Amino acid sequence: MLILSRRVNESINIGDKIEIAIIDLRGDQVKVGIKAPRDVKVYRQEVYNAIQQENLMASRAGTDLPTLVKLLPEENSKEKN
Amino acid sequence: MTIQTKAYGTIEIDDRQQLFFPFGILGFEHLKHYALLDAAQQPFYWLQSLEVRELAFVLINPAIFRPDFEVKVIDEELGEIGLKSMEDANALTFAIVTIPENQSKMTANLQGPIIINKETKQGRQFINSDSCWKTKHYILQELADLRHEAC
Repeated sequence: MLILSRRVNESINIGDKIEIAIIDLRGDQVKVGIKAPRDVKVYRQEVYNAIQQENLMASRAGTDLPTLVKLLPEENSKEKN
Repeated sequence: MTIQTKAYGTIEIDDRQQLFFPFGILGFEHLKHYALLDAAQQPFYWLQSLEVRELAFVLINPAIFRPDFEVKVIDEELGEIGLKSMEDANALTFAIVTIPENQSKMTANLQGPIIINKETKQGRQFINSDSCWKTKHYILQELADLRHEAC
């Protein structure tokens, strides 16, 4: 991994289409600005990873699906009928 | 056409049930061809891979347990599956369901909803930019909870 030191208001260019700027520093938080073409998807890594992980778990389920109505608490299923 | 499915073995489907996911599904980016099947158990659907028989996701319409659910994505991203906005009449919204051993603890992923353009048969998993929607929403709990707080 390339590691660069930057001050607030300084930037890094990746190729000629992506610019990453350091906007603000507060305590242990860094505010980063990203300029990129629309087809470059920018996500917070933990969100991306969480969805990927959830998809993996969802894909491992068996094929015996529950019947939603049967699992519902008594009151609700009565309301439905 | 005849397809191989995880839940129902070899079955015949209508060509109109075929979907193309140009970006795949997160973690399964290389698989782009799916079919949308009604599950035998309502209100679920199967999103069955047409490339890997053992890969299938259970889907649900989130409106069933969260009528207040909203997908917030930028219109340019929707454009990649031929939709102008979420108000487009061709936009169908689904959530992937995770079913653990204790089925009453099943959850729906509302942070990564699946949007399908029913006209062009394209689909995509989006990342909901509204951070109040999580990867695990307990379907039965939220369904039973009549007083759930507005998001």
